[in-house]
Amino acid sequence: MSALQKTTDEIMDLAAAHFKVPRAQLHPDDDFFSRLGINSLQALDLLTRIEQHFKIELPDYELQGVSDFRTLAERIQSRL
Amino acid sequence: MKNFPGKTISWRVADGAIELTLDRAPCNEIGAATLGELEAFVESLESLERDAHALIISSARKEGFCAGADLRELYRESQAIAAPARAAGLRDFLERIHRVMNRIDSSPLTTIAAVHGVTFGGGFELALACDLIIADKTARFCFPELRLGLIPGFGGIPRLKRDLGNAVVRDLLLTGRSINAAKAQAVGLVSQVTAEGESMRVARATAAQLKKFDRGTSIAAKKFIKPIPHEELQQEIEIFCELFERPAVEAGLRKFVESSDALPYLP
Repeated sequence: MSALQKTTDEIMDLAAAHFKVPRAQLHPDDDFFSRLGINSLQALDLLTRIEQHFKIELPDYELQGVSDFRTLAERIQSRL
Repeated sequence: MKNFPGKTISWRVADGAIELTLDRAPCNEIGAATLGELEAFVESLESLERDAHALIISSARKEGFCAGADLRELYRESQAIAAPARAAGLRDFLERIHRVMNRIDSSPLTTIAAVHGVTFGGGFELALACDLIIADKTARFCFPELRLGLIPGFGGIPRLKRDLGNAVVRDLLLTGRSINAAKAQAVGLVSQVTAEGESMRVARATAAQLKKFDRGTSIAAKKFIKPIPHEELQQEIEIFCELFERPAVEAGLRKFVESSDALPYLP
């Protein structure tokens, strides 16, 4: 498994647990806003949990235009 | 009034600590109603201070401490009146909120902001008026005003500059990015980080500790170390009013108000 795939999986694990969505329903190319049913405020909450989990700082402007798990994982990878 | 159950805020005194709770959906946006009740609070403060040693400000809203000014109300009202009256109304609002912030800032009580979740704009500025910020790990701090073509208008820049290095102030102000509680503690903004949902408990424990100290000494220490930057606060009002007249602000506010997201807080 590549580092990107591992990061993508970890994000989906986090999101599924926090927003109480069955993990099997999440896929790397999903639009996480619609799949998780979250607004921008909840996306900020997810960002906080991602920063804590990966022990990184990810400025929220880097998430502009990012709506799928795989691209989000790429942004995270660039900070690891 | 020792107890006040308002429409947007409430307060009570418990164990010598005044507990001021923000509670207005969706995330304690500060508009005319909240401002009016905050003014009632600071009017009562002198009498409340006689029997208290601490003030804790927190939020009852799950979403966070406070998302700042009520931009929808600001936009609606700015569209409803002509330019000269609009400018006068804006200045009046800013001067009123500054009086509230200055009164909390200069209170002889030791003041604690117990925050979680969204602590943005005016909410961040309210926390900065307090002596200590205790944040649960979900807290995020942000000055998003530049997105609207504005600067923070409730005293945020002078107070942040008072407390932190100018480079941190520039980072938050000029990028508009939000930082989490751990980062905020690392730069010296937050005094303690707690587990999720624990900031109020820790704030109460901290207030109980403060009670052991001689009040006169605590008051003298605070007065010595926490000057209010009056001149810069006034400059902030002037710059805000000047910027508000620019077309970019109307466009920024319209974009925010017309957003399909119920809570368009992602900078």
